[in-house]
Amino acid sequence: MSPLLQVKNVTKKYGGLTANNAISFDVAENEILSVIGPNGAGKSTLFKMIASFTPTTSGEVIYRGERISNLKPHIVARKGVVRTFQETTIFKSMTVHESVVVAQHLRAKASLAGYFWGSKTAKEDVAAFGKYADELLEFLGMWDIRNEQASNLPQGSLRALGIAIGLATDPKVLLLDEPFAGMNHDETMNMVDLVRSVRDERDVTVMLVEHDMPAVMNISDRIVVLNFGEKIAEGTPSEIQNNEKVIEAYLGSVDDEIGM
Amino acid sequence: MLGFNLKQLTGVGIFLFMIFIGVPFAIGVTGRWDFYFTLTSVALLAIASAGVWLTFYIGRINIGQGAFALIGAYVSAILVVKVGWSFWISLPAAGLFAAVVAILIGLPILRLRGVYFAMITLVLTQVVTLTALALPITNGARGISNIPLPSGISLFGIPILPDFVAMESTKLAFYYTACIIMLLTYAALYRLVNSRLGHLCRSMQQNEELASSIGVNISYIRIVIFAISSFFGGLGGAMFGSIAQSVYPSSFQVADSVNFMLNCFLGGLGYVFGPMLGTLVLYFGWDLLFEFGKYQMLIYSTILIIIIRFLPNGLLSIRFSKGGDK
Repeated sequence: MSPLLQVKNVTKKYGGLTANNAISFDVAENEILSVIGPNGAGKSTLFKMIASFTPTTSGEVIYRGERISNLKPHIVARKGVVRTFQETTIFKSMTVHESVVVAQHLRAKASLAGYFWGSKTAKEDVAAFGKYADELLEFLGMWDIRNEQASNLPQGSLRALGIAIGLATDPKVLLLDEPFAGMNHDETMNMVDLVRSVRDERDVTVMLVEHDMPAVMNISDRIVVLNFGEKIAEGTPSEIQNNEKVIEAYLGSVDDEIGM
Repeated sequence: MLGFNLKQLTGVGIFLFMIFIGVPFAIGVTGRWDFYFTLTSVALLAIASAGVWLTFYIGRINIGQGAFALIGAYVSAILVVKVGWSFWISLPAAGLFAAVVAILIGLPILRLRGVYFAMITLVLTQVVTLTALALPITNGARGISNIPLPSGISLFGIPILPDFVAMESTKLAFYYTACIIMLLTYAALYRLVNSRLGHLCRSMQQNEELASSIGVNISYIRIVIFAISSFFGGLGGAMFGSIAQSVYPSSFQVADSVNFMLNCFLGGLGYVFGPMLGTLVLYFGWDLLFEFGKYQMLIYSTILIIIIRFLPNGLLSIRFSKGGDK
């Protein structure tokens, strides 16, 4: 079976700085793949290129046999590759429910004019959006906060809201940007369960960028490690834990650190 | 179809009664016939302000509505005087022309945000004024005067719209026409804001990146909204030209563009009917302060500052601040 998403020799240069250098890896359908690496390794840049929020300098991203790099972000979202943001990127003055309803707009069957005149299809859409939002919020355990204004939510709920907005678009691949950042152990474990259930019950392939090593090791099927813009390793959590290059990248080489 | 509840319906009913029966009655009793012109102007400026409000709704500060009002006024005048069209056909044509110009101008400038977009739009009015001075078809500084009053329209021999020339009181006719167009504009605006397009606009206003991540074609919607906004501007401007029976390059100036924006601020950016109220208060307020002579501007601007200081969300926020519906 061919991979769902392929990253092929993707390079990003900002002037003289190479943020990503010829990165290649495949993402299989229904897996949870984490991209890790020290600060400045180029993880976020890579994510932006996959979701087409920034163009690649060279190389390409292939999704279901189709090139999706260097397109407009909304077109990539329409194809089913959707990214989430860190918690400050939300619809501040919408309620949780409203945000999830708006995010379903790709599922609309009626035209914008149809909505203006209140056509039958548009009314059906509106009812369906509301129902699906209810269902999704129930699934994500956000039912109790559905009528809260987004700007009033605590950090953990904002993270969940970001995922809810992403999921509402009915993605095939969901790119999560640091979903566990700033969470305590219990919150992280809840989020790990949530992400896993997203994959298991909604058939969504999940890619995530994350710093929290225990969570990454717990949740990932496979891990890609970046350092200084280069891919230095790829494999299962146990392979990565025992990979010398990875240990070196994170801890520094034995020689440097202790001077032996 | 608009989906009002009973309370809103009553409000709309009272409002309709006021403008169509209350105002003419009050003017008849007091004999202040000049108020017809003032209120007609308010209605027309409110149409153009509605457009500005709509661009605010996608998070863009538009200080260029005067440009589109001027374009609308010229297009209508040229079509009526030089081509011989009926005013009633030139009216939507003027709006459409303004919308097309908005699309052409919007394609490059709508990428800009915040103050950069605002500055470019601020220049637009001046650009259109200078263009009108330079082009032969607009007759330069002399403008186009002696525009005939709107003629009647009949379909299969049945009169739909009366001939304004044959009327005793064109003031009243213009007042009613302006009110009806204003009502249609705001009905459309209300509907738009409460439909999916409106929700997408809100999502863009709050976060364009997130909006595009959920698949909203933000550049397309920006263009559509700017075109609709300018359509309203063109419509208001065309009607204005017809009432004044003349158009000059100075008919709409930068100050008018700023006023359109102020109308929106004053009424409230969060409320569809904000610009309508804002226009009424600003325009009527200015007129009422006329008696203060040289202090008119001073008092006027002081009041404005106070209102904006204490009611940053606009006049309509008084009504809604006690909770309830939003």
